[in-house]
Amino acid sequence: MSQIKHHIPEPMLVAYAAGSLEHPFAVVVATHVSLCDECRARLGAHEAVGGALLEGQTLEAVSASAKVAILAQLDEAPTGDLDPTYERTGVFPGPVMEALKGKPPRWKSVGGGVRQTLLYSKDDGSIRLLFIPPGRAVPDHGHNGIELTLVLQGAFNDKTGHFGVGDLEVADDTLEHTPIAEPGAPCICLAATDAPLRFNSLIPRLLQPLLRI
Amino acid sequence: MPKPPQPAFSDQTILMLAVRDKRDRAAFEQLFDYFAPRLKGVAMRSGLSSSAAEDVAQEVMLSVWRKADKFDPHRAPVAAWVFQIARNRRIDMVRKENRPLPEEIKMADDVEGDASQILALEQEARQLRIALGQMKADQRDMIEKAYLGELTHKEISAQTGLALGTVKSRIRLGLERLRHDLKGMR
Repeated sequence: MSQIKHHIPEPMLVAYAAGSLEHPFAVVVATHVSLCDECRARLGAHEAVGGALLEGQTLEAVSASAKVAILAQLDEAPTGDLDPTYERTGVFPGPVMEALKGKPPRWKSVGGGVRQTLLYSKDDGSIRLLFIPPGRAVPDHGHNGIELTLVLQGAFNDKTGHFGVGDLEVADDTLEHTPIAEPGAPCICLAATDAPLRFNSLIPRLLQPLLRI
Repeated sequence: MPKPPQPAFSDQTILMLAVRDKRDRAAFEQLFDYFAPRLKGVAMRSGLSSSAAEDVAQEVMLSVWRKADKFDPHRAPVAAWVFQIARNRRIDMVRKENRPLPEEIKMADDVEGDASQILALEQEARQLRIALGQMKADQRDMIEKAYLGELTHKEISAQTGLALGTVKSRIRLGLERLRHDLKGMR
């Protein structure tokens, strides 16, 4: 995966390491790190900073009974804190399989040959998978917030450049862009926003509430 | 001919390996004594009461015991690993969905491992602590807030530029090493 050229911006990686990144973006970051050794190493370095800061914290005395209580629990079988782990399936890394709850994506047409699967939609944003046939475009759209797009299969380009497997595009509200899938395999992307998208043409705009994108 | 003196792992690494490999309760107690007051301190920074913060410290330490098999000193110093567990626990508290984590990569096959690699990582962690201690108070404060989960992503982007740049220059070396190690694992 050494061809990855577009990585996670530093503040976003720090927020992920700290646990303060919005859930939709955290899913994309975890997916990118699953594909990118460079960012896995960067994340490890940031976590080392976190560890060093933890060691430098002000000590707050812990009661003796708290320690006794924990020691008494060491032999108990853990309950509830073992998360199911999802393994990479096809082009979908573990964190995407987790967002899919282990099931194959259920594609829905959004017009122009483009299909999507909505993985998450709440107040803090949305996550979806996009399927874009070669040569087709994602409907022209701008953003009210930030949109992250991570390529899982194929490639796309827009006016900011070429994005292949593992590449992450970070688009903010100043970018009006039209990603077009490159020739070859259909382009499959993981996309996340921290606010609803706004489309520039009327029909997608009317459909927007129905499609929840 | 006498062997050259073998540099020793840090106490923390030795204790954590004893917990991982021997389920050593006495070693765990020592780790508890070191980390629990610090974890409680972090939790109280975020506004928790003393007793709620103590609950958090307890839960994190219990996870340290239960997840010890995931500890790999080639990849993370003990404190960084405990930091991750505390971070994951905090996310679990505020949201119902599973926290998204990257796929795990396999641990080094060799159980003995590469001692020089572990020592180098420890050495870099020490240098990092010294460098953080030398930062100006206001910058250090900003960095603590960013890494301890007290700033949003937007706030980190907008406010921490200079301070983050200082930290980045300090972690560059460690980064090279991690990057090198990861290459060997695929």
